[in-house]
Amino acid sequence: MEEKVIVCKELTKRFGDFYAVDKISFDVSKGEIFGFLGANGAGKTTAMRILCGLSYPSSGDALVAGFSVRNQQESIKKNIGYMSQRFSLYENLSILENIEFFGGVYGVSRKEIKDRSYKLVGELGLQKEAKKMVGSLPLGWKQKLAFSVSIFHHPKIVFLDEPTGGVDPVTRRQFWDMIYDASASGITIFVTTHYMDEAEYCNRISVMVDGKMEALDTPGNLKTKYGSDSMEDVFYKLARAAKRTGD
Amino acid sequence: MPEASILVRDLSKTYDKGSVLAVDKVSFEVKPGELFGLIGADGAGKSTIFRILTTVLLADSGTAHMAGFDVVRDYRKIRNLVGYMPGKFSLYQDLTVRENLEFFATVFGTTIDANMDLIKDIYDQIKPFSGRRAGKLSGGMKQKLALCCALIHKPAVLLLDEPTTGVDVVSRKEFWEMLKKLKAQGITIIVSTPYMDEAKLCERIALIQNGRIMSVDTPVNIIKSYPGKLFAAKSNDIYKLLKDFRAHPEIESCYAFGDYIHITLKDPSSSGLEVLNRIAMENNHSNVQIKEIKPGIEDSFILLMSQQKDLVQLTTTK
Repeated sequence: MEEKVIVCKELTKRFGDFYAVDKISFDVSKGEIFGFLGANGAGKTTAMRILCGLSYPSSGDALVAGFSVRNQQESIKKNIGYMSQRFSLYENLSILENIEFFGGVYGVSRKEIKDRSYKLVGELGLQKEAKKMVGSLPLGWKQKLAFSVSIFHHPKIVFLDEPTGGVDPVTRRQFWDMIYDASASGITIFVTTHYMDEAEYCNRISVMVDGKMEALDTPGNLKTKYGSDSMEDVFYKLARAAKRTGD
Repeated sequence: MPEASILVRDLSKTYDKGSVLAVDKVSFEVKPGELFGLIGADGAGKSTIFRILTTVLLADSGTAHMAGFDVVRDYRKIRNLVGYMPGKFSLYQDLTVRENLEFFATVFGTTIDANMDLIKDIYDQIKPFSGRRAGKLSGGMKQKLALCCALIHKPAVLLLDEPTTGVDVVSRKEFWEMLKKLKAQGITIIVSTPYMDEAKLCERIALIQNGRIMSVDTPVNIIKSYPGKLFAAKSNDIYKLLKDFRAHPEIESCYAFGDYIHITLKDPSSSGLEVLNRIAMENNHSNVQIKEIKPGIEDSFILLMSQQKDLVQLTTTK
């Protein structure tokens, strides 16, 4: 049987009588690229915060890298990576210093950090910039670097929250090359995006509508099921039915 | 309402004592009543251009005119003439929806009622929340309020800086419907976006990267000027197909595009379908589908970026 890296069972988050996340259940396999889609306000961010061990569920449970989001949050944090469009690196530290800092926080040994950080900088083609402040890099480079840093400690899963927002079309594709490579090395990718062409690059897609998971399948099967020729149309058909609006 | 044009000539702007070139000799023109798009990624220089046009930032060199007024000499006139929705939500978070609108109306020496006809369609959608503080609104509602505030003095020119960034597909469609209605009222609109698929909703567009305009034309003409043939391919293992094509000497460019790969060939006279099928066969791909397709704006953008190698150099050595 395929190894499950996320097992989510009837996960629910309630704020008063508002169900931000309403009994969502799904599994994600090792090395899978799992697209987590939904309209603004559908509950994606809330669900993702729970899965990252940053917020408790009201009911239900999820095992992330084998640990429960109810009572093993610290173990979850050690076994995942996270990056978002907003959270980037420390702008006033150099590339190497950022790798050293985040590697250290995630418990990578000093020796390993030293050995691997130059290699990483080389792979990214950033040798000349290695000692420059991250703040001076163009956005696309920052995002590629942030992704590399988020998987530097070999997490089982990496959560990517709109990693390519505002990035140019060429860099966006280079970013997805890196996602494929990470996936091939066994890291599970959990990714949100507003670019529907990127939805096609995922192994499976889930679509949240009003706190519920309304659809979950491969992009191909979803297009067949909804009689659509594109993921944009699938998403539009599902999300148009939403009653909630906003963040 | 008089229709207004925008004229930008050789505009340049640097930051950090000249070390960062944000806008590099940009020239373009927006016709009266036109819906014009500035298409490019974050950091391309779009917001800097908007800030110079709205007279809140001075250019290093070059000129810009809005409805015939110079952005430096006639800045007071221009400020009454333009509505500006910055990329970052900039309304008063502690004022209610209604109070924000009243504030902006008063600043411009008018009233909400005097201009209700222009904003009614949009305002009706946020009216149920008119007593709510702006900071407590959802993203979509904030966006609509910001648009109302930018329109409350009946501007001749509306500047919208990335109004749809981070917004889902459904809300994006709604927003563009609103823009169409505003355009129908004769307002000149210049809108920026990082989403290439929104380019086709504009009458004319400028493709901008690293402070430079790579192309200005109608979306149809930009696509028409795409040289050579573009092919789309897929197989059972699309990622391996991408790598195999990329490694082959006859392939010029090859990149993922949704559920297909888009490919151009080095030799334009070769029979593309034959070449590509052969490469796929040599690499043992199954369920191979290859077809010639019409390029989109994103394909044009990628091509233009690759032609400007010095731009790529600039990004890596900065």
